[in-house]
Amino acid sequence: MFVTSAFAQESAPAAEGAHTGTEGDTHSGTGVPAEAHGTFPPFDPATFPSQLLWLAITFGLFYLFLKKVVMPRLGGIIDVRSDRITQDLDQAAKLKGEADAAVAAYEQELLEAKTKANAIGQQANDAAKAEAETARKKIEAALDKKLGEAEASIASIKAKAMKEVGTIAEDTASAIVDALVGGKASKVEIAAAVKSVAR
Amino acid sequence: MAADKVDPIHQFHIVKLIPINIGGYDLSFTNSALFMVATVAIASAFLYLSTSSRSLIPGRLQSVSEMAYEFVANMLRDAAGTQGMKFFPFVFSLFMFVLVANLLGLFPYFFTITSHIIVTFGLAALVIGTVIVYGFMKHGLGFLKLFVPKGVPILMMVLVVPIEVISFVSRPVSLSVRLFANMLAGHITLKVFSGFVVSLSALGALGVAGSVLPLAMAVALTALELLVALLQAYVFAVLTCMYLNDALHPSH
Repeated sequence: MFVTSAFAQESAPAAEGAHTGTEGDTHSGTGVPAEAHGTFPPFDPATFPSQLLWLAITFGLFYLFLKKVVMPRLGGIIDVRSDRITQDLDQAAKLKGEADAAVAAYEQELLEAKTKANAIGQQANDAAKAEAETARKKIEAALDKKLGEAEASIASIKAKAMKEVGTIAEDTASAIVDALVGGKASKVEIAAAVKSVAR
Repeated sequence: MAADKVDPIHQFHIVKLIPINIGGYDLSFTNSALFMVATVAIASAFLYLSTSSRSLIPGRLQSVSEMAYEFVANMLRDAAGTQGMKFFPFVFSLFMFVLVANLLGLFPYFFTITSHIIVTFGLAALVIGTVIVYGFMKHGLGFLKLFVPKGVPILMMVLVVPIEVISFVSRPVSLSVRLFANMLAGHITLKVFSGFVVSLSALGALGVAGSVLPLAMAVALTALELLVALLQAYVFAVLTCMYLNDALHPSH
């Protein structure tokens, strides 16, 4: 601190000499620094016109440059990006929808195919059953017919045999009578006797 | 000069580089003007070159530009609504100009244009001028409703209206002084502490050892000044947005 103030006081005349051309000690209300160096530089009105002019020029050009060149470009970049993002999101949503639809269609088809397969199986089963049934009935009918025929033939054979049994019995009886009695029994008598016995 | 090294005010001196005098006004191209040009050139070049590739996926520099753009856009939209977006180029220019000027001032030997009250006042007057001109253009005398809050009893108006007027009038002052004082005070403090380092180390071994403390302080202050530079640019832009909101919607 001590050193600082000493230097400041020493340099005061030199600084004054350097700046005498610009302005005098008009403002001295800011205290020690102002006294040592004339006006405190930020409050020196002599520099105001120049600073304001150059501020207006530089800031004006800066404003125009940003407005005409930089900001449309930056805004464009950001807009393009957000457009692209929404577009990509839309695309993704669309693709997801398509994928979902494909899955649904696939499942629907699968279900249809399953029911169809079941129906076909059932149909085949039924047809096979019906066929087997008709075949069975046919065979049964044939067998019944054969059975009937067989029974009929058995009956006819039986009748024939029975008939023959009568004649055999008659013959046998006539032979027995012949042998035992030695007389001839009339055929009619024997037949009547056999018949009465047979019944 | 040895004195310059420890004089904290020296950094604010205006030096004429190209003397220009028109109609009795001193309009010289000074170091202040040089740094205004530098500020504009650096900010423009950065914004222009970083976005020149127009990448869909931004690089680092393009990200910085986009962040600044969207930051200011959101700030303005929050404060003044979508109608306020017509002032977006203005607010963005102000923000970038103040930000780059503040940051540029942190470099040693560089002039800080925002440490001059006339520069910050010029910008603040531009803001308030825009508010007043646009306010009257859009709402006519309805803009004066700004000073008459709704739902206040007539009797209270006598008190409230002058307060509102004073608060409006003090806006350009507070807006400009806030930025100017922050930058000025910060740079003076920084210079004083750095000056201690120089002065102490001239005193021999003990002095060199003692100068560690102000050196550490100067380093810490530099970080603080970086924060202040960013914060003040933000504050300036935010307040601009709020004042512009008044121009758009005078009846609060």
